[in-house]
Amino acid sequence: MATDILMPALSPTMEEGKLAKWLKKEGDPVKSGDVLAEIETDKATMEVEAIDEGVLAKILIEEGTEGVAVNTPIAIIAGEGEDVSEAAASGGKPKPNGAGGHPAPTPDMQAEGMAEKPAPAAKTGSDAPKAPAAPAIITNKADEPVMEEFPANTPMVTTTVREALRDAMAEEMRRDGDVFVMGEEVAEYQGAYKITQGLLQEFGAKRVVDTPITEHGFAGIGVGAALSGLKPIVEFMTFNFAMQAIDHIINSAAKTLYMSGGQLGCPIVFRGPNGAAARVGAQHSHDYAAWYSNVPGLKVIAPYTASDAKGLLKAAIRDPNPTIFLENEILYGQSFPVPQLDDFVLPIGKARVHRTGKDVTIVSFAIGMTYALKAAQILAEEGIEAEVIDLRTIRPMDSETVVRSVKKTGRCITVEEGFPQSGIGAEIVARLMVDAFDYLDAPVLRITGKDVPMPYAANLEKLALPNVAEVVEAAKSVCYK
Amino acid sequence: MDAAKEPAKDASSSQPQVASPEAGSSQAVEAHKPAPNMPQFTREEDLHAYHEMLLIRRFEEKAGQLYGMGLIGGFCHLYIGQEAVVIGMQMASIEGDQVITGYRDHGHMLACGMDPKGVMAELTGRRGGYSRGKGGSMHMFSREKQFFGGHGIVGAQVSLGTGLAFADRYRENGKVSLTYMGDGAANQGQVYESFNMAALWKLPVVYVIENNRYAMGTSVARASAQTDFSKRGLSFGIPGEQVDGMDVRTVREAATRAVEHARSGQGPYILEMQTYRYRGHSMSDPAKYRTKDEVSKMRDEHDPIEMVRKRLLELHGVPEAEIKATDAKVRETVNAAAEFATNDPEPDPAELWTDILLDAHA
Repeated sequence: MATDILMPALSPTMEEGKLAKWLKKEGDPVKSGDVLAEIETDKATMEVEAIDEGVLAKILIEEGTEGVAVNTPIAIIAGEGEDVSEAAASGGKPKPNGAGGHPAPTPDMQAEGMAEKPAPAAKTGSDAPKAPAAPAIITNKADEPVMEEFPANTPMVTTTVREALRDAMAEEMRRDGDVFVMGEEVAEYQGAYKITQGLLQEFGAKRVVDTPITEHGFAGIGVGAALSGLKPIVEFMTFNFAMQAIDHIINSAAKTLYMSGGQLGCPIVFRGPNGAAARVGAQHSHDYAAWYSNVPGLKVIAPYTASDAKGLLKAAIRDPNPTIFLENEILYGQSFPVPQLDDFVLPIGKARVHRTGKDVTIVSFAIGMTYALKAAQILAEEGIEAEVIDLRTIRPMDSETVVRSVKKTGRCITVEEGFPQSGIGAEIVARLMVDAFDYLDAPVLRITGKDVPMPYAANLEKLALPNVAEVVEAAKSVCYK
Repeated sequence: MDAAKEPAKDASSSQPQVASPEAGSSQAVEAHKPAPNMPQFTREEDLHAYHEMLLIRRFEEKAGQLYGMGLIGGFCHLYIGQEAVVIGMQMASIEGDQVITGYRDHGHMLACGMDPKGVMAELTGRRGGYSRGKGGSMHMFSREKQFFGGHGIVGAQVSLGTGLAFADRYRENGKVSLTYMGDGAANQGQVYESFNMAALWKLPVVYVIENNRYAMGTSVARASAQTDFSKRGLSFGIPGEQVDGMDVRTVREAATRAVEHARSGQGPYILEMQTYRYRGHSMSDPAKYRTKDEVSKMRDEHDPIEMVRKRLLELHGVPEAEIKATDAKVRETVNAAAEFATNDPEPDPAELWTDILLDAHA
């Protein structure tokens, strides 16, 4: 019987991709293991293999088509002895266990807070999903003070976080010959998550350095180069792997300025994805924001929007201090407006009021913002106006912006994916006890990842992460509603 | 005289003196029996080596005294006995070459030309110390003298020193990173990660493994499956030599070869310096892991400074009075350093909050 070949998912977070190339044409016999086509996303390239024998009866999606949604039928394979033209006419409906070789991701893979996640715009392909409008950076109402980070009439370009990070590095590498990037798969492979795409071609192998899989060693080499005055960007494939290198981050990078009486600065950026992606288990899902936040001598940045990712990464590269730049795999593909400016640099250490409100303050950062913003929307529908603050920088922490908001709202909750004990939320609670005690009308509540290693099973993972309902409930609770 | 030939409790003492993968290049032979291929120093070179090594010796003795008086706190690891290693290495390096080492670092700082007053004042935790009193014995640096520490995490300096070499190659400045470690650090994993990348990228780094036979209280034989440290880079194609680290001449000779190798773009080089520390691992070391005889035999028969002193008198015909003048001058320098380090005030309390971050807009 005819089998549909479905657009496979290359990773649990993939929603769509480009059908780059067909390696078989209609009428070709195929057997199990034959490579049928090549699929590309902005992260990776992969081959689609046949898992059944038969004849490629019909190609449903032409090569070169972008924005093909996962699970879309891309071709039909006629079974042995089957009439090819009949098969071609009969196919075209998704079948759960069709060929393609890759399990389809569950539609609710992400916590419900991710429902707002905008799909990257499809460039071609009439049947490709329509991209919802990217969420604009929410500006405050006209009568409230707005943090002016760029002129109001600046043209904005819709950019993914991934592109924004790449642009930031490219711009800084053009500006300063001492800036280089090193890490696993950053050069030839174009980045494990394609963050360094194109950098090798523009800057060459001297400045885009592929390292062996040797985090402890290359982190130390990066720090040594920085002590000598170069400005390395050290990419970790994930911050989970930086655990092998944490001695150099803390003992060598963060402490040397102090131990040398101010002689030896360490202008280095450690960057890479941090926290949970999807279905990667406990050893690939840890959020280290609180860990690095604990260390004097480091700056710690964890952006949410593409605009912040770009402006803050540029600032981090220019900063003469060791900087931890925590990215998030799930945010990489999300699009935001980024100001089209020749040199857009944001100040490190400044939070932003992302949404204004008078009833309750929600403090979050990085992917935590997705829960916070979704919750704020639901709360607004129920008549509670939440003010959402994006910390953006974890250390130094801009508690002034938080305190100012809490003095207005009298209530506060925090949202993060990290663990509860000694987390970022715990720090904010402690600061509010000192700086806003008299203004609080309710105890500050924390929404965090659960106090368990990240489980693999989809249902357990969902339970382990924060969710929008918890944020909504906590906000209502501190409002006594 | 090869230190490793001396009878010792551990099996490593039976290691061959020359175990270079590039056989024949080592010059480790008995010092007091002039051999035809023994590198010789000129009168000036011997005078220089004598002064430099004696400065370290007297400085360390003074540091030991000040520690005993409670003026130096925490850990204090003395370099006494190993002086020929760092001085021989420095005699083969040029200005701008970087030096980085572990926690037994006072000798390296003096060899780099750092001011004994500043080093001693750091040991006593005073404001005139190289780190303004905030680093201590194990954490001192001098950008000016290209001395990059002074690291308290055993083995960390090896990756960092490889990074210094990475920067040299990046800048194509013709400089070499002299990266020191002990026989204990040589068992750390990151050492081999660094060896791999240094060889892969042909970085200009000379790894100097100061094998003083004991990692704290554990002898080399009890800690190392391969006690010939010159072979530790073989699987990466890094050449290595075992060197008599008690004789400054053999050290300088091997160092010259190694530094030239690195500087000429051929990549890293390993020198295992067979040396000996007379004192304990740190000041609080009960030294139960070796006999007093072992120590006194090394002191009496293979002392690196006495060897040079003897040559100055017997070979170069330097009058004893001239040598005594050098001794007096060194003592004076060290006493002045101790005096300064004792009387210099402690750091201003406001220093607690400085040097944590650099001003981003400076």
